Amino acid sequence: MHMLSIKNLQAGLEDKPILKGINLEIKAGEVHAIMGPNGSGKSTLASVLAGRQNFEVTAGSVDFLGKDLLDMAPEERAREGIFLAFQYPVEIPGVSTTNFIKAAVNETRKHRGLEALDAVGFLKMMKEKMKLVQIDQSLLSRSLNEGFSGGEKKRNEIFQMAMLEPKLAILDETDSGLDIDALRIVANGVNQYRNKDNSFLLVTHYQRLLDYIVPDFVHVLYNGRIVKSGTKELALELEEKGYDFIKSEWALAGE
Amino acid sequence: MQESINHITELHESLPGDSLSDFSDRAFKDFNQLGIPKAKHEEWRYVKVSSLFRKDLTYPLHDSGLTIEDLQDHLLPDHDQATTIFFINGIYAPALSMVNHAQDELVLLPLSVAAASTEYADKVKSTLGQSTPYHPDGIHALNAAFSSKGIFIAVPPGKTLARPVYIYQVSDSRKGYTLSQPRTLVHVGAGSSIHLATTYATLGHESFTNEVTEVLVEKDASVYYYKIQDEGAKAHHVGTTSIRQIGKSLTNAVTISLSGGLVRNNLDMIMEAEYGESHMYGLYLLNGNTLVDNHTIVDNAKPHCLSNELYKGILDGHSTGVFNGKIFVRKDAQKTNAYQSNKNILLGDHATVNTKPQLEIFADDVKCSHGCTVGRPDDDALFYLRSRGISEKNARSLLLHAYAVDILDKIQLPALRAHVDELISERLEFNF
Ligand SMILES: Nc1ncnc2c1ncn2[C@@H]1O[C@H](COP(=O)(O)OP(=O)(O)OP(=O)(O)O)[C@@H](O)[C@H]1O
Ligand SMILES: [Mg+2]
Repeated sequence: MHMLSIKNLQAGLEDKPILKGINLEIKAGEVHAIMGPNGSGKSTLASVLAGRQNFEVTAGSVDFLGKDLLDMAPEERAREGIFLAFQYPVEIPGVSTTNFIKAAVNETRKHRGLEALDAVGFLKMMKEKMKLVQIDQSLLSRSLNEGFSGGEKKRNEIFQMAMLEPKLAILDETDSGLDIDALRIVANGVNQYRNKDNSFLLVTHYQRLLDYIVPDFVHVLYNGRIVKSGTKELALELEEKGYDFIKSEWALAGE
Repeated sequence: MQESINHITELHESLPGDSLSDFSDRAFKDFNQLGIPKAKHEEWRYVKVSSLFRKDLTYPLHDSGLTIEDLQDHLLPDHDQATTIFFINGIYAPALSMVNHAQDELVLLPLSVAAASTEYADKVKSTLGQSTPYHPDGIHALNAAFSSKGIFIAVPPGKTLARPVYIYQVSDSRKGYTLSQPRTLVHVGAGSSIHLATTYATLGHESFTNEVTEVLVEKDASVYYYKIQDEGAKAHHVGTTSIRQIGKSLTNAVTISLSGGLVRNNLDMIMEAEYGESHMYGLYLLNGNTLVDNHTIVDNAKPHCLSNELYKGILDGHSTGVFNGKIFVRKDAQKTNAYQSNKNILLGDHATVNTKPQLEIFADDVKCSHGCTVGRPDDDALFYLRSRGISEKNARSLLLHAYAVDILDKIQLPALRAHVDELISERLEFNF
């Protein structure tokens, strides 16, 4: 079954096209990895899918489980099952992490026709998921991401993913800035959550992550387009040769 | 305007003489000379106070017969624990008030009685009118001219009051538009500590409160002062709180303004002793046509003092916020540290903010800073919250509440903090 179907997606800032015609199909249960040089548009793609409004979509369509994703507000997308783990999670002083997650969980549950969790139910769920990503209680009683280390922020993203139980999780460089142990924990969290109904889109620069989370497909995003797709071997090839061979292939093809 | 002034003049002439007559007669002369500030008066540019002296203004100088039952909805949390002082239309109402402190902890007297007593006459004389030099205007003088209906509070030396003192300023405007002019004088003895909260209520129609509170703080004392304003769109207010530290001491003032018509809050910190410390915090959450003008003065006369000001505003509708922060550092006040910051979030396109720092520094070895920001809710933060399924409306109220929290946290009475948090949360439709 198709989970996400991106057709000729073009988007950018006012006078700057960034995504120049993305085509991508993700089926339920699949894990796709997106690699590509800095500035090629990976985070832009992730943001556009999550509904960030400062990027303007100029052409194309995105279908998510039979619905027009581009037509939805960011919160609707989240409630429908899209989750974006941010490359740079935002620090929000004065908002307690726990209250925030509770609000998010309950608004999402309401949308999905489930009853709001009471304090006890919520705590139980928290405990369970905290174990999954080995995040410390003390972190969750602080203001949202405020003063969190880089790795703590990433772990908090995965924790939120686990709490919100999305259908499609987009992880934008969640592996960057993680130490080896944290990387294993995060990968573990993803793997436990991976099943025939859930899909992942992993943005990464490193083959290393793909040792832990083995993707079904690997794509290379370059200059706003997916210029090469393959299986996990492609990631190994990129690791070995760098992006130059793709750039030159692309140059030969006449860009 | 003239009609209401004539009415007030008649009332003043009919006042019975008492121990404060000299003081109030002098003040009334000043009032006649200075007049009500006009719009072209630089200090009163935004608060057009003359517009409040309409011909339908009444100045009831008698007991209106309110009972505590009439006031149930306006009581602060833990009312029964506190010493509670009621003013009705600016007049101290002993029948409604209740001292919940031991006799050797707190003295509460009508101001005219204190001024006539052997024990307190000197204190009253040396403190009453301490704020006048900072406010040479008719509106300030007008309050002084009717000060005999005020109160005197004294905390003897060495007393840390565990229970707060609440002052309720009630305008009984059920019969029409009223003027109230409460006057409070507080003397905090050496080594003592007091939490003093003032709140306001208007019953009925429109009201105008012209209040002066003067606090004298002795060595090693601490004063925590809270001013909570939320009495509706038709309540106008000019209030001056003057805190004078004559010994090394600590003051902490929090001004919360949630509604009102024309509102002017003057807050003066007069720092006359070395190593004094004063903190001034403000939060204004405005909508409709409310105008709140916070005028602060920090006057450093002696070296090594620290003052810190943070005022934050959230403005919606056609509301207006004004912040004016004066800092004087006199010639002898070397090593002064004075910080001032005013931050605002504008929600509506029609809301406005005017900020004016005024630093007058005559010493050379000082650290002073001031800053002002005007912004909108942060887009990155909003998107982050919404990307987790939180509606735009809730995301906004989460962020606005978060913005207010650091001022809320300065209210050091937990029950009062929770109460103010409730008021703010209600306004921001914050319920998580
Ligand atoms: N808000 C913005 N303002 C200006 N330029 C932007 C903005 N957002 C993205 N861009 C530009 O769009 C291009 C694509 O950026 P994007 O963040 O999508 O790259 P990326 O592939 O995620 O890079 P990286 O690997 O470094 O994370 C870059 O040239 C970037 O500078
Ligand atoms: Mg990126």
